[in-house]
Amino acid sequence: MTVVALPFREGYVSPPVSVIAVTLSTLFSLPIAVVMGFSDFPGKQFVKSVINTGMGFPSVVVGLLVLFTVSNQGPLGDLELIFTKEAMIMSQFVLATPPITAISLAAISGVDDKVRDAAHVLGGTRLDVALVVLKEARYGIATAVLAGFGRAISEVGSVLIVGGNITSARGISKTRTLTTAIQLEARQGQYETAMILGAVLVTLVLTVNAIVIRLGDQGVQR
Amino acid sequence: MPIQRREFIAAIGTGALATTAGCAQSGEGSGQTEAETEAESGGGGQPGVAGETLTLTTTTSTYDTGLLNEIHPDFEDMYGVSVDAVAQGTGAALESARNGDSDIVMVHARGLEDDFMRNGYGINRRDLMFNDFVIVGPEDDPAGIQGMGSATEALTTIAESESQFVSRGDNSGTHTKELNLWEAAGTEPGGNWYQETGTGMGEALNIANQQGAYTLSDRGTYISQRSEIDLVILVQGPIEDGPEILANPYGIMAVNPGVHDNANYDLAMAYIGWITSPGTQDAISNYQVNGEQLFFPEAVSEDPNFQQYVPEGWSSDAGE
Repeated sequence: MTVVALPFREGYVSPPVSVIAVTLSTLFSLPIAVVMGFSDFPGKQFVKSVINTGMGFPSVVVGLLVLFTVSNQGPLGDLELIFTKEAMIMSQFVLATPPITAISLAAISGVDDKVRDAAHVLGGTRLDVALVVLKEARYGIATAVLAGFGRAISEVGSVLIVGGNITSARGISKTRTLTTAIQLEARQGQYETAMILGAVLVTLVLTVNAIVIRLGDQGVQR
Repeated sequence: MPIQRREFIAAIGTGALATTAGCAQSGEGSGQTEAETEAESGGGGQPGVAGETLTLTTTTSTYDTGLLNEIHPDFEDMYGVSVDAVAQGTGAALESARNGDSDIVMVHARGLEDDFMRNGYGINRRDLMFNDFVIVGPEDDPAGIQGMGSATEALTTIAESESQFVSRGDNSGTHTKELNLWEAAGTEPGGNWYQETGTGMGEALNIANQQGAYTLSDRGTYISQRSEIDLVILVQGPIEDGPEILANPYGIMAVNPGVHDNANYDLAMAYIGWITSPGTQDAISNYQVNGEQLFFPEAVSEDPNFQQYVPEGWSSDAGE
């Protein structure tokens, strides 16, 4: 992860960190959801219940696990990722993956069997069938991505632990997100500033939701 | 681009602080890659440390009062580096350093600092500055501790009247001090009136404020937050002629590079040199919030003070 140059502009930590985490998480989750939606194997219910449990996994616990991983004493200690955005992306990735996988899986499983059969009958390969089903399930998948994004950008426990809530002395954010900034302001009794930051966060999430749903609508018109 | 990437990988391979240095500067121009920044910082007439990052774990009181943000730009300009200050509370700050996740610690609990040194994690400790603790509470003072000259007597009175008391409960320097005070008072805190919040000083003050409870606070955080809350100082610390037991000294230590070879020892020592210098000590002394001085420097002194370098009470004669 360190060799990839990340497009961060300092001062705006929450959006890029969460977008990257959710993008990676979606790329990881969708294939799993597709494979699970298209096949039956022993223990499938068990895997499902593990994923569903992951949706409720406390973010502070994820933060601790990532901390142990990236801490100097941990397995990835040599990469010096503690108190960096990369570590925050790791923990948000872990947090966003279960909801994205579970909701995508439900959406894919919910596609009418007739669609699948029709694609087969028309001579589609397995890949064609998968793409048709994905297209049919796109609303559900968009919901899944939004749920993952909501979880990633709104959590405070893990990014506080692995990121350290750091800004430079001149106020340029390094690992301070909107949520950890709210936490800091609340700690100092600056409830008004905290509320304003909260409003910014809610507006941001609303905007992202609107954009994603808009994109989905355009897909229908085409 | 391929050349830069090779350089970057080479930088990681040699164990340089490539990732942190890259991150710290990645915003100098939007779209600039870490590799470019890394290549840049090596050239020109800049000092060799330029572009490096010093990770300082510290207590919430030095950070939340705004002191560090006030003085750090001077250090950053002097060396062309950035300081990542992580406000964690004394216990957590030392634990991060123990794990090799920070380069330097600035904390305020001498007993914990001494353990840290005895176990080999910290070296080159200096006394940095001090302020004091105060016992604050609601203005109507239900337990009647106002003006008491003894902190332990005040705590015993609070316990006997079972008035609400908010404890940090987070293994911070202030929490450690509070527990020491209860022990000195010979009182075991507990019961419905005693709440452990597990939060930083600012939050603990907010909670005490909302519940009309007493709490122990460092003077700095209390002053910087006084305009937001209704609590008043009921027992003063030594700065205002209160008991010496409420003194609150801050120390600074480098992480031992013999234990953690990734620690940025050079820069940590540069930081210790800078923060204990007359110029920075003056800046600390001049730092005011709401018109009041929060921290009193004590690093610059004509007289020798050998105890600041070793665990308290350590003596080479004791055969240790």
